[in-house]
Amino acid sequence: MRFIFKTNYAQDINIARHGGDRLWYSLLIILMLAMPLLIDDFYLGEISYVCILAIAGIGLMILSGYTGLASLGHAAFLGIGAYTHAFLLTNGIPFFASIPVVIIVSFMVGALIGIPILRLTGMYLAIATLALCFIAEHVFIKWEHFTGGNRGMPVPQPEIMGMSFYDSATFYYVCLAFLILSMFAAINILRSPTGRAFVAIRDSEIAAQSLGVNLGLYKALSFAISGAFTGLAGALLAHYIGYLAPDIFNIFLSLTLLLLIVVGGMGSLHGTVFGAIFVGYLPQLIAICRDYLPSSIGSQPGLEPMLFGLILVLFILYEPLGIYGRWVKIKLFFQLFPTYKKQTFKKQKVFTKSDRV
Amino acid sequence: MQLIQLIIDGVASGCIYGLVALGFVLIYKATETINFAQGDILMLGAFVAFSLIGVLGMDYILGFALTVVIIAVFGFFLDSVVIRQIIGQPPFATVMLTIGIGFILRGFASIFWGTDIFSFSTPFSGKITEFNGLIISYVNLSIIIGTVILVTVLYLFFSFSRIGVAMRASSENQLAAYYMGIPVKFIFSLIWSISAATAAIAGVLLAPITLVDTSISLIGLKAFAAAVLGGFGSIPGAIVGGIIIGIVEQLCGTYENYLFEGIREISAYLVLILTLIIYPRGLFSDKAEVKKV
Repeated sequence: MRFIFKTNYAQDINIARHGGDRLWYSLLIILMLAMPLLIDDFYLGEISYVCILAIAGIGLMILSGYTGLASLGHAAFLGIGAYTHAFLLTNGIPFFASIPVVIIVSFMVGALIGIPILRLTGMYLAIATLALCFIAEHVFIKWEHFTGGNRGMPVPQPEIMGMSFYDSATFYYVCLAFLILSMFAAINILRSPTGRAFVAIRDSEIAAQSLGVNLGLYKALSFAISGAFTGLAGALLAHYIGYLAPDIFNIFLSLTLLLLIVVGGMGSLHGTVFGAIFVGYLPQLIAICRDYLPSSIGSQPGLEPMLFGLILVLFILYEPLGIYGRWVKIKLFFQLFPTYKKQTFKKQKVFTKSDRV
Repeated sequence: MQLIQLIIDGVASGCIYGLVALGFVLIYKATETINFAQGDILMLGAFVAFSLIGVLGMDYILGFALTVVIIAVFGFFLDSVVIRQIIGQPPFATVMLTIGIGFILRGFASIFWGTDIFSFSTPFSGKITEFNGLIISYVNLSIIIGTVILVTVLYLFFSFSRIGVAMRASSENQLAAYYMGIPVKFIFSLIWSISAATAAIAGVLLAPITLVDTSISLIGLKAFAAAVLGGFGSIPGAIVGGIIIGIVEQLCGTYENYLFEGIREISAYLVLILTLIIYPRGLFSDKAEVKKV
């Protein structure tokens, strides 16, 4: 077991906790940079998709995992990001100018929706975001001037320093760069006073309020930041898909994002990457399952939502801390061997009437 | 006259929203969880009724009753086996769990019954009655009358029966109810089963209008608007909220040209968001008012 000797308060919020972290994460980044040399284009595309999902996951994780608010409408933010980006690119705005605009627009939309609704207790946000998801999908269909309606909208593929986005290695590097930047941004937000306030709200609203956290403001801020990350992911997703149609951004995509953070592990940024890998490869896993099932069941379109729901339910019931939680538990088991106690991770139950104080 | 006609149609579809919202409210009042799978239970009810009446050729009344019993038992075990395990965890967990269950039910229905659109014959199908120039279909009439009967029965049940009073007591204060010897866990499962049965009744009543397929589970989402408008936690509020949503939807559909195109489909959600922004307590909120921060 490693004991960290702290000589400085700043050590508590260091990005890398110790030398081991620095070594392993550097190696990981080098491996990711070398990836185009190691694998072929198809798998590179897959990894780009996982990076995009992870960015969206970071957004939802800040809201759900760190502030404790459930949102069922994050597909709407993906859609807003994707359509804004495609619209700007079509009108000749360069890629690197369009991305900041997308982030600002998603942030503003998040703040506008968040301010009135987040003044209410948590359950209402889930319901309101559900409504938001449907309204957004409807707006994408009807606002034809902006989105092309049901006909869809092609996404121009720009060039960066003479390299086209059609080249999967270029696109991979762009996604990877944005993932690393988002990760750093998220880590920095979460170790700042703002992030501490988010975690305080998650753990106890009353305690946070008594310590001077303005609940309405910080909840709205969390929702807006979460929207900004998801909007960025939406802009990259637009390039990945290549042709936008309103029905991509439906409630099922929101559910996919929720599945991502639950499976990855609530309240950990590692979890977003684990979850993104899981969700990104799940369709292939399901495709393999289909081959083994009798064709009457295997060919049904309902199989996918059913498995998504089933995995969600099983994780909530039996592994509420997700894949990352399992990893931490295994690590702790070996560190403390043979004195590991199961109760270490037992969830404390709260009194059911907490909402009605 | 056209307006009255629209309102009658709106009331009929609003009663369905109201019944589903009633299910939300019952569960919310008792266990402080929101069941996002309510619409999917409605869909399940419609499918079971289709199997019993349409496929097995049962009598309508008998099939209806059997459907309600099956779904009520399903609701009971849904609570006592699955939902029970996460009571006491943060609301997020319940939201996710019930959404997951909803998707399982929807996926199950589309695998088991297929994605076709089904219908079964009811004694009300295709019959209409005329009253002072108003055209009222028997189906709409059956929905309105069914809702009135159900609400009356529930009112009498909660006011006078021993179990009903025990349910109210458990909703009011779990701990005190437990000390008085009320089997709180059993009562909660029973509330889940009543709520599921309400959804099933709504599903069977609705089946002649929308026909039976997996998309009717979306009714559950519109019923959220009804529940929020009525003030989450109020039983009359749920029904009134549902009726208002139904009427608003009809009016928006008819006067679409004056507003903007496609407002009908999202009118319920717009009402929901406006309610949350302007008057989050809802119309009939009781003392358990929405906490503002």
